[in-house]
Amino acid sequence: MIEEVATTEQGDLVINIGPQHPATHGVLHLVITLNGETIKKVEPHLGYIHRSIEKMCESLSYRQFIYVTSRMDYLSSHINNHACAMLVEKGMQIEIPERAQYIRVIMDELTRIASHQLWWGAMGMDIGAFTPFFLAFREREMINSIMEETCGARLTMNYMVPGGVMADIHPNFCRTVKEFITHFKSKIDEYDTLLTGNVIFQNRMKGVGILSKEDAISFGCSGPVARASGVKCDIRKLYPYEVYDKVNFEEILATEGDSFARYNVRLLEMRESMRIIEQLIDNIPEGDIQAKTKAVLKLPKGEFYTRIETARGEFGIYVVSEGGTTPYRIKFRSPGFSNLSALDHMVRGQKLGDMVAIMGTLDLVIPDIDR
Amino acid sequence: MTREELQNSLPDLAPGATFEEGGEWLNMNVTAESWKAVSHALKFTAGFDFDYLFCLTCVDWKTHLTMVYHLTSTTHRHNMVVKIKLDRTKPEVETVCDTWRTAEFHEREVFELFGVVFLNHPDLRNLILPDVWDGFPLRKDYEDPINMIKL
Repeated sequence: MIEEVATTEQGDLVINIGPQHPATHGVLHLVITLNGETIKKVEPHLGYIHRSIEKMCESLSYRQFIYVTSRMDYLSSHINNHACAMLVEKGMQIEIPERAQYIRVIMDELTRIASHQLWWGAMGMDIGAFTPFFLAFREREMINSIMEETCGARLTMNYMVPGGVMADIHPNFCRTVKEFITHFKSKIDEYDTLLTGNVIFQNRMKGVGILSKEDAISFGCSGPVARASGVKCDIRKLYPYEVYDKVNFEEILATEGDSFARYNVRLLEMRESMRIIEQLIDNIPEGDIQAKTKAVLKLPKGEFYTRIETARGEFGIYVVSEGGTTPYRIKFRSPGFSNLSALDHMVRGQKLGDMVAIMGTLDLVIPDIDR
Repeated sequence: MTREELQNSLPDLAPGATFEEGGEWLNMNVTAESWKAVSHALKFTAGFDFDYLFCLTCVDWKTHLTMVYHLTSTTHRHNMVVKIKLDRTKPEVETVCDTWRTAEFHEREVFELFGVVFLNHPDLRNLILPDVWDGFPLRKDYEDPINMIKL
């Protein structure tokens, strides 16, 4: 995997990891300067799958641009779509029916669980434990099947439309979701037994890659990465959207800021997501699934910003509209990009082997960073 | 602080700043020359504490470029937007990566996609594009006959 070995004038070793490397979870290229086994500097090189989605969106209509965002953070594609739909609704002041709000939130939380499950499996594999990957995918498959039944797709759902959701839920939806929750509740304890309490695992994770609260704020971190450092940044709590102000759930916070804290925050978030779904699944109101919207959507002249909590953190969309059918300029504030900016600071002085554990807990999805 | 309170007290920190009506949050226009001092004051003045830069981007208006900084405070939970108008032929503005460290990455992105030069940036190189690349892809007049698909 090491492509090229070079030394600097001080005798430090410079190695390339990636762009094709299993530990980088995608086509991320890192140039690492090493002194012995200690990391002196990490420079990420991006752009291997940059598609310039922001430029593409400038020629897409407000109904079309939703579908491109599924391809950014493909693990929270549903939440990305949600953000886009919310942006159009905010700009055009569309009130969406309550039934659609409930469906959206349940789907969001299912997506969050699925994303965290995949991260948990990959995290174990990063450190050399193979079993978690298979266990995580076993449970994730159930969520994918639920999604497939209602949305018709397993990964890039495209279930959101401005004004609501595209189709009504499948008649089996409530039953399968409840079955999944019951099943997963016993399995998540298994996750804890298998990995969380493991001494070898804890030794690899504790005290590694510490990010202080001040640094987390300064680096613009969000999501579980920032919450593990004690920053209150859950958009669902701070700026509640849809029905998040009606449900009880905790914002998971930790103070240690190390890899193990980030690991724990995500595991507990899965439990909180299940709590949210449980409160909503029996109470989905009857009614419309879409508000009436015009065939051609036009955002009024001005600037709009929406934010949403994806599995990785705060996802924001900044749109400059000239009043036409397409955005004049659109900017996606992706959580991964800001979180990655903290990587260099976190790994300096750590061992090369620990970098994998640190990168794993950042939960990077490269299309999200490259856009 | 509410939007009105911010608008009333911000001129002390940023002399000569103008404010825009409308928008969800307070929009403040400052000049490129004063931005360094203003950014420092916004973060470190008690009561303002804009310590979280959550979005940094640029907009090409064909006649000029506008830098857009979205700021929030993790203690007071107020938001604001700072805008800086730049000359399109020679866009230059001071870096803010010593105030908000995440800006280092975001500024590199804006540098290559819009051609804005950030003065005193520690490592202003291409982040996404290859080292040799002509033109600035996110500018409105950028043409690429091979890779750009026009819809």
